[in-house]
Amino acid sequence: MSNNEVVIIDYGVGNIFSVRQGLEEAGASPIVTSDIKLIQSAKKVVLPGVGAFKNAMNALNALKMKDLLINIANEGVPFLGICLGMQLLFDESDEFGLSKGLGLIPGRVETYPLSIDKNQPIKIPQINWHELIPSEAHIDWKNTLLDNQESNDSVYFVHSFVANPVHKNHKLADYISGGNRISAMVVKENIIGCQFHPEKSGRAGISILKNFMKL
Amino acid sequence: MKRIRLIARLDIKGENLIKGIHLEGLRVIGSPSEYARKYYTQGADELIFMDTVASLYGRNHLSEIIKLVAKYIFIPMTVGGGIRSLENAIDILRLGADKVAINTAAVARPNLISEISNSLGSQAMVLSVEAKKISDNKWEVYTENGRESSGIDVIEWLIEAENLGAGEVLLTSVDFEGTRKGFDLNLIKTATDSISIPIIASGGMGEFQHFHKVVSEANADAVAMADILHYDRMTFKKIREESISHGINVRKYV
Repeated sequence: MSNNEVVIIDYGVGNIFSVRQGLEEAGASPIVTSDIKLIQSAKKVVLPGVGAFKNAMNALNALKMKDLLINIANEGVPFLGICLGMQLLFDESDEFGLSKGLGLIPGRVETYPLSIDKNQPIKIPQINWHELIPSEAHIDWKNTLLDNQESNDSVYFVHSFVANPVHKNHKLADYISGGNRISAMVVKENIIGCQFHPEKSGRAGISILKNFMKL
Repeated sequence: MKRIRLIARLDIKGENLIKGIHLEGLRVIGSPSEYARKYYTQGADELIFMDTVASLYGRNHLSEIIKLVAKYIFIPMTVGGGIRSLENAIDILRLGADKVAINTAAVARPNLISEISNSLGSQAMVLSVEAKKISDNKWEVYTENGRESSGIDVIEWLIEAENLGAGEVLLTSVDFEGTRKGFDLNLIKTATDSISIPIIASGGMGEFQHFHKVVSEANADAVAMADILHYDRMTFKKIREESISHGINVRKYV
């Protein structure tokens, strides 16, 4: 049992190749799979994903992975959702009509908020690098995946919907867009979500993946 | 102001990074993978790779280049040139690219935009447009890397492509490309006024002032640069420093 093992969930959604490359750069030995047995015995799980929430949940359901992922996460296996994979951690999403998510972190996925700052117009999808800022509940990132992030480090976002946790203490980091605070990273014990793409965020992103592999 | 993305554009012919003028008269610059690494290290926000002859001869070397650089480059990469189908797009993403840029095949069959957008997400579907000025406030869509006219009006095409699900537009002025005379500000401004998805301005950057203008006067969301970087006339570091001193919102990169 080597602790650089990590299972990347392959459910036909998203650019798994890049996630694998990023994890390898972070020193991991990733296994990309949709095999139920391999997922059951995973030491760590990464749930990637791009595209629409409903399609992704349909794909997980079709592969009979939904309950499996919920069980693994609840058993304490370090579990990282990336981009859409983070949004799937929540109860439900408004994207293309209401869809149920994995329900691992209480909260909803909602339309990207309109800019409230005239000097900061925004476009959707929001495609950009943004600096991470501490959330209201986590002013200190010590012992989190953001430990040793340098100040001013930016990470790369591409999204049209935002995750809004019910509990403030599940928000680890935000970014500011159009004058609004947008959830960038969420955490509930072993369950972690990045709205951005750590595998596409240069050094800052690789550092986050390295920290995940240390869990 | 909104944050502007700084993008290195690498035009590829065969095994070589090349640079043209008006997308023609190509000069060999060097190894694409070496330049890609350099721009990644310097702090590019994204990279765009365009196979300049793929529409004519089919793609060959670019796939190998992408596969190679994906091992050490961890920023978004867009790949264009010769992508004709959803299957082609999926193959490109499997090599490590994040987005595909499509021009010729989308003009021939606009529904390809929807197919890619629905299947891979709109963020992966970049419409590449080669625009040639035909009169004041009127531009025509060119295909085959600026070689073939299509008779299609650029602005009408942008609106249609947005409706079909394009996530972004790479808008290249054939007239200004490689001239170092600055961007076609009127083209970029008309485009950003007409559609709401992000527009990457491409073609003509010769000095910082051109960047300043296309961002502040034409509202470009991102700027693709080639010549100015390839010939070391400016680095990303310098462009970021100048941007910040002129009040342009760019990513801080140390």
